[in-house]
Amino acid sequence: MTLLGQFALWTGFILAAWGGVLAFVARWQERPEVALTIRRTTYAVLVTMLVAAASLWQGLLSHDFNIEYVAGYTSRNLPTYYLITTFWAGQKGSLLFWAVVLSIFGALAQWLTAQRFRDLLPYVAGITNIVAAFFIAVMLFGDHTNPFERLGFTPPDGRGLNPQLQNPGMIAHPPMLYLGYISLTIPFAFAIAALLARRLDAGWIIAMRKWAIVSWLFLSVGITIGMWWAYLELGWGGVWAWDPVENASFHPWLTLTAFLHSVMIQEKRGMLKRWNMSLIIGTFLLSIFGTFITRSGVIASVHSFTQSSVGYFFLAFLLVTGVLSFTLLYTRWGSLEPEAHLEAVASREAAFLFNNLALVGIAFSVLWGTLFPIISEAVRGVKISVGPAFFERVNIPLGLFLLFLTGVGPLIAWRKASARNLQRQFILPGLAFVVGLVGALLVGLRGYSLMTIALGTFVIGTVLQEFTRGVRARMRMHDENLVLALGRLMSRNRRRYGGYIVHVGIVCYFVGGLGQSLRVKESHQLVPGERVTLASPFGHPVTFTFLGVSQYEELNRQVSAATIEVTRPGKAAATLVAEKRQHFNALGEKSFEPSTEVGLISNLQEDLYVYYHGTPDGTERSQFEFIINPLVMWFWIGGALLVIGGVLAMWPGGPQIRARRTEAMQAGYAVPLTESAVTS
Amino acid sequence: MMTRRALLGVGIAAIVPGRLRGQDTTIAGGGGDTTTALADPLRNPFSVGRLRDSLTAADSDPILIATEKRLRCTCGCTLDVYTCRTTDFTCTYSPAMHTEIKALFADGKTPEQVIGVFVAREGEAILMAPPARGFNLAGYLVPGLVMAAGLLGLVAWIGRRRGAVAAAEGTTPVMTTAAITEPDAGARAALRRALEDIES
Repeated sequence: MTLLGQFALWTGFILAAWGGVLAFVARWQERPEVALTIRRTTYAVLVTMLVAAASLWQGLLSHDFNIEYVAGYTSRNLPTYYLITTFWAGQKGSLLFWAVVLSIFGALAQWLTAQRFRDLLPYVAGITNIVAAFFIAVMLFGDHTNPFERLGFTPPDGRGLNPQLQNPGMIAHPPMLYLGYISLTIPFAFAIAALLARRLDAGWIIAMRKWAIVSWLFLSVGITIGMWWAYLELGWGGVWAWDPVENASFHPWLTLTAFLHSVMIQEKRGMLKRWNMSLIIGTFLLSIFGTFITRSGVIASVHSFTQSSVGYFFLAFLLVTGVLSFTLLYTRWGSLEPEAHLEAVASREAAFLFNNLALVGIAFSVLWGTLFPIISEAVRGVKISVGPAFFERVNIPLGLFLLFLTGVGPLIAWRKASARNLQRQFILPGLAFVVGLVGALLVGLRGYSLMTIALGTFVIGTVLQEFTRGVRARMRMHDENLVLALGRLMSRNRRRYGGYIVHVGIVCYFVGGLGQSLRVKESHQLVPGERVTLASPFGHPVTFTFLGVSQYEELNRQVSAATIEVTRPGKAAATLVAEKRQHFNALGEKSFEPSTEVGLISNLQEDLYVYYHGTPDGTERSQFEFIINPLVMWFWIGGALLVIGGVLAMWPGGPQIRARRTEAMQAGYAVPLTESAVTS
Repeated sequence: MMTRRALLGVGIAAIVPGRLRGQDTTIAGGGGDTTTALADPLRNPFSVGRLRDSLTAADSDPILIATEKRLRCTCGCTLDVYTCRTTDFTCTYSPAMHTEIKALFADGKTPEQVIGVFVAREGEAILMAPPARGFNLAGYLVPGLVMAAGLLGLVAWIGRRRGAVAAAEGTTPVMTTAAITEPDAGARAALRRALEDIES
């Protein structure tokens, strides 16, 4: 199968390169058959990549340890579902995964895009083919990057999968993040296609709008699952450490979020065309930059599971793509004149502009902090470190400004808001702000925590007001009941109300972040029967009683499990189990260092999180970290709301499709009747 | 009489898969004497972590913890000393640094002096955040300056655009303050159509 895989890679590379070159050198505008050929190459590349993927999966599932990748990341006793996910566990597999998914997205873009944008599609095919050709080329020509590389011998068993990757999060986190990164190629391809074809109206935006939401959705889900995975697997009780690799996933999310807001201004008013082009190009480049950071090891990261010279392929690709894209944008600058101008500061357009400033500002500050160690070393020759304290100092005020704008944006009318309109719109959310502020003051919150609650209630007030007014209007005008009115309101304005749900999700993230600042953590060594009591930030005591350690084997590991009883006033006692695991391969040899599974009890108020360090030889005394982590669940609720809102916003249908259907129906009935009436 | 611990141990043995382990370190499955396993101390250091010193009150001193949070572990994990030593059980660097920091405090050094000892030996890279002086100020100030420049630029751009719009219209934009009245039938129909078509 490796021969077939190799053949598929080479064929895919030749086809993708050919399709890419053809799109830019052939005069396909005058030759429809050539345009069709260019588009068909994306389907052909898809077939070759699927064959390559099937070949690798076959090797993984059949334990073909002669394949270096299979020997490096699997073992005979690895559960089947982890065998499947090892496809993207290492660098070689990730590169193939990227190429496979890109070929799927490239083909879907050709298949799903409406025919009225057909003059863009050959360019789109060309760009996706070039990006696919780059990834396949990295596999074929990079140093030890070919997933089908064979060893000179066949080991009896493989090295196994890193225990930290043996988690359900492993099944979802990397693919989701990759899907987010990869799908960004499609909006980028449409933007470049529009520039090349000089079709600089809103058409390219309509053609790629849902792709941008899809990318944003995958990035959001990938980042959130990554937070959850880190929370459970790394054992430090936090969800975000401002690590370079974490930051790399955050950059494109921020700029894409900015794009999703500013693109509405272009759709409605024909403004910000240059800015939107710049944003989508920048977002794509940031996704490549993220891969460069992850793969190069140029900046130290706790998440860099794989580092090699392959990062410099990405650096070269990043530079070439950046220079070509922005040069192309510069040559079309004159064709991107706005069709309207901003009329007032008190307008939704202006609010969105400030929102863009905050989002891009945060992206810049995170990028600056990530790169500053390199800049410092280059300028002064002195290595420095930039940790969470730096990022929090710079970004928390910006984040709160953004939260404020999240509440303000929906309240202001397009074009120009009147004084009366502003007064009417701001009364209830303003009251919510005051209630939140007073409530937070009363419970003792100060500073950023205080503003988080006050601004969070302001945003919730805004969203509730928008829903309430819309529902009431429908109930009054259509005699609908509450549920029907709510359902129809949302289904007929999916992007708007999906966006509001996302705003509530963002508030939840801020609440989760506030909880992180209230975390309580203590280290204790206990013998069975001993207990320790911690004071929760909510004021009640939490008692942890160590019951004992049991040891047993599972499929590929030996487990030492510490059982802790938890008691809180007014609640039934509960138990949690924190584990220390030693993994073995099928020959009984230790693989990897011992790993940890935290013990966790979670509710809306707080997480009780226990990390078991171990039990020294010959003693019964065990060491634990006991952590009371307030409000962590709000991160996961926020993530769920982001998914719900995002899916609602991108769901097919809505007013445009309905309008087209209505138009068609009217034409079908009206034409014959009118004609016959007139002529008879 | 069975002690509470033994009782709970039997309970745990009943619910967990496999068998409770004592001195036996083989990894193959199979039977075993649960009672014996319970009675023996745990003797399997490779499976339950490295040996650790006993914790004392000094280990949990808030000033010590705050100091450790300002220092980076040298193992390459990118975590601070406190987080690393209370998280990554395989790291041998952070426990050693912790011991050294504890000793420095015991010698009567202040937090700044303790940090100074590490900076003198390891350089600025040992700090979780660079000191705000010299070139490092750029690290702290550039994001704020860029944001401020962006804000000023945006405000100026908006002002210029508004001026252009006003000049084109030959008048200054007037805010609408018309009273909201109950709409008539025609207005209600128009409103209904508008509501149907809302897409923003």
